[in-house]
Amino acid sequence: MLRLEPRASASLGWQIATPVLAVLATMIAGGILFAALGFDPLAAIRTIFWDPLFGTAAGYSRPQLLVKAGPLILIACGLALGFRAGIWNIGAEGQYIIGGICGAAVALATYPNEGIWIFPAMIAAGALGGMAWGLIPALLRNWFGASEILVSLMLVYVAQRITAWMSFGPLKNPEGFGFPGSRNLQQYEPASNPELIAGTGLHWGVVAAGVALIATWFIVSRHILGFHIRTAGAAPRAARFAGVKPSWLVALCLGFSGALAGMAGLFEAAGPGGQITENFGSGYGFTAIIVAFLGRLHPVGILLGGLLLALTYIGGELAQLTMQMPAASVQVFQGMLLFFILGFDILTRFRIRRVR
Amino acid sequence: MTEVFRAIGLGKSYPGVRANDDVSFAVSAGEIHALLGENGAGKSTLVKMIYGLVRPDDGQMQLSGAEYLPADPRAARAAGVAMVFQHFSLFDALTVAENIALGMENPPPRRELSRRIAQTSSDYGLPLNPNRRVATLSAGERQRVEILRCLLQSPRLLIMDEPTSVLTPQEAEILFATLRKLAGTGTAILYISHKLEEIRSHCDSATILRHGKVVNTVTPRDHSARALAAMMVGAEMRTVDRSNRQAGAPVLEVSHLSLDAPTAEGTRLQDISLELRAGEILGVGGVAGNGQEELLSALSGEALSPAGTVLLEGQDLSRKGPETRRQAGLLAAPEDRLGHAAVPEFSLTENTLLTGANRQGLVRRGLIDPGAARRFAEAVITAFDVRTPGPGTAAGALSGGNLQKFVIGREVLGKPRVLVVNQPTWGVDAGAAAAIRQSLLDLARGGAGVIVISQDLDELLELSDRFAALNDGRLSPPRATEGLTIEEIGLMLGGAHGMEVAHVEA
Repeated sequence: MLRLEPRASASLGWQIATPVLAVLATMIAGGILFAALGFDPLAAIRTIFWDPLFGTAAGYSRPQLLVKAGPLILIACGLALGFRAGIWNIGAEGQYIIGGICGAAVALATYPNEGIWIFPAMIAAGALGGMAWGLIPALLRNWFGASEILVSLMLVYVAQRITAWMSFGPLKNPEGFGFPGSRNLQQYEPASNPELIAGTGLHWGVVAAGVALIATWFIVSRHILGFHIRTAGAAPRAARFAGVKPSWLVALCLGFSGALAGMAGLFEAAGPGGQITENFGSGYGFTAIIVAFLGRLHPVGILLGGLLLALTYIGGELAQLTMQMPAASVQVFQGMLLFFILGFDILTRFRIRRVR
Repeated sequence: MTEVFRAIGLGKSYPGVRANDDVSFAVSAGEIHALLGENGAGKSTLVKMIYGLVRPDDGQMQLSGAEYLPADPRAARAAGVAMVFQHFSLFDALTVAENIALGMENPPPRRELSRRIAQTSSDYGLPLNPNRRVATLSAGERQRVEILRCLLQSPRLLIMDEPTSVLTPQEAEILFATLRKLAGTGTAILYISHKLEEIRSHCDSATILRHGKVVNTVTPRDHSARALAAMMVGAEMRTVDRSNRQAGAPVLEVSHLSLDAPTAEGTRLQDISLELRAGEILGVGGVAGNGQEELLSALSGEALSPAGTVLLEGQDLSRKGPETRRQAGLLAAPEDRLGHAAVPEFSLTENTLLTGANRQGLVRRGLIDPGAARRFAEAVITAFDVRTPGPGTAAGALSGGNLQKFVIGREVLGKPRVLVVNQPTWGVDAGAAAAIRQSLLDLARGGAGVIVISQDLDELLELSDRFAALNDGRLSPPRATEGLTIEEIGLMLGGAHGMEVAHVEA
């Protein structure tokens, strides 16, 4: 028989090993799934993990890595801060959408004026929009004790309805021949978020993700605020004893992660996405939750996790294209990854002992 | 006398602790052998190895001269080793006979079992009706059920883990008469306790453990209780030094403090008033759950109270949070070490930041100074003799006494004007408790006001200049401790709540 024994302190080796194990287990389980669907499992894994980087079409897909990883990392940085405090923002997807709408609205309101202030104003609007959307669950929790998990999640669906309304209504392109969706911001130079170095996929959102990584690392490991956040997550009563106001922390974490998600939305709307459409929300907000956990809520981990999940996005699209694999199989794949990472997590806090 | 049990160089390690190290001793037939040591000295680990609950890492054991290494308690029982635990494992809804039958490998028919229970219980002077339901039994009677369960196996070695901690003095006398009778039939008895007097009067020999090692094996009658305690603690027991203290000007004033219970299980504080002078220790007694935690929260700033209810040297702090109060010099150490006064997962260095961030200058403009935090942690460790590999050790890896020394030391080194502590020596071994008490006295001598909230009457009488009782969220008017009798204290506590009751574990 096997038995779990708690460890005196979390094992550093396992903390690094579990994400790797989870990825391997996902590949194995995913391979079994693909085989059951009638695909060659090795070819499928290869298409998802290898071909985007080194395959024949890698020239096109490699820049996509940063394009996809940018928003994932930016959102995950904010989420990780809250998760460390035990504040569960599950609704980054909604904050991403609202941020995108708010930022795009500023651009559309200024159209067709020129001015270098336009893009910074859009970033601010995106951040404020996402923050406002994130603060709704925070205030409901502080005032009425509502679960921020449920409220933030439900607000995703509200946000999705709002994008639909916006792309059919207020933000619809007046010159769009009746098609739903806003003007394409890539064609409105002062408001566009272009590729900064051709062929790399690097845009302002990726820069922002880098800044966010460094900033959250600094807050968590060097600033008293990060200490208070970690304390609140590890021992809420000790945090109150230290002088942390729980309600303030809830508002801070949800507001901050909302702002980062909102900025991610804006960078997408002004850059790779180009416009607000009915389907503007593409799941980055949810996938970022996996990135945060895969990265053990640590900046370096989030960087690697963001790149890996970006790879599954690109590889998944490639597999759809070349192998006619169903689109949902990639989501199942990502879901399995979160499942395995949470499962293997037990090894960091417990050791397995054989009992006679 | 023939030897029944011998341990040779037994050792056992847990992550971060050497629980037992090279432990050797022997118990002979007919002998009552005491295993003496502070909490955390390694007594429990040792008996768990003998009873097959834990496997030793090294060393060996012999039972009647033969190699003995039980794989589990069943093997231990089969070999003739029985154990009575401190905590009973009985089913309330079943009868005595049913409970005993459940613990046996091959229980005889009910009628036969009842007869044997009645027989054995009268043989050993343990009156017990096999058909009574356990729910109706007292703590002492429940223990008899456990003992009978062991006696029916006719053990060669009987282990008793702190058996008198749940007994009245009269019941304890009956127990010792039984043990003596049992020893007379040739059974070896291993008796675990830290009560020195009963060991001196009832045990034939004693093996003393300290930090997992055998310090000495002695005949307890030949030594004074004080000498035994010194062996147990490892140093001469210090008597607390109360000299040279005088009350100065009032430092803390609490007036008509009323506060609703924070949770449904909490206690409402009702109209609490007190005045604390510089250099004075005020003891607050009472059974836990009568508003102790709430009072500490109201003073530490975790709970805010109406304006004008909490004043430190004339400054109204009622509406200020913990950090502002700390800046002003009002410090506190909550009862719960793990998760309230300290974060178990964090290192000691990180734990200094909980209360020392600003008061010790460990944080400047929001930036943590890791070097300063580590130095402060080292200062606490040195000044309060905290036994730990270093400041990088997780708080949760420390023993209760060492962590408590750290928590109290962190606040004492914060040079408080007023320090409020709740149950400062709860679950702490005797050596650490004496050190903590002395540090509180020293703090008061230095001119700080100290409030000690505790369930331990002896501790309060030893430390405090004035005594007040907290009962159902109300505080009695404080009275000078000098000349206060136990009866008067009983009345202050509301009569109904005897302090002794609080120690009994159900």
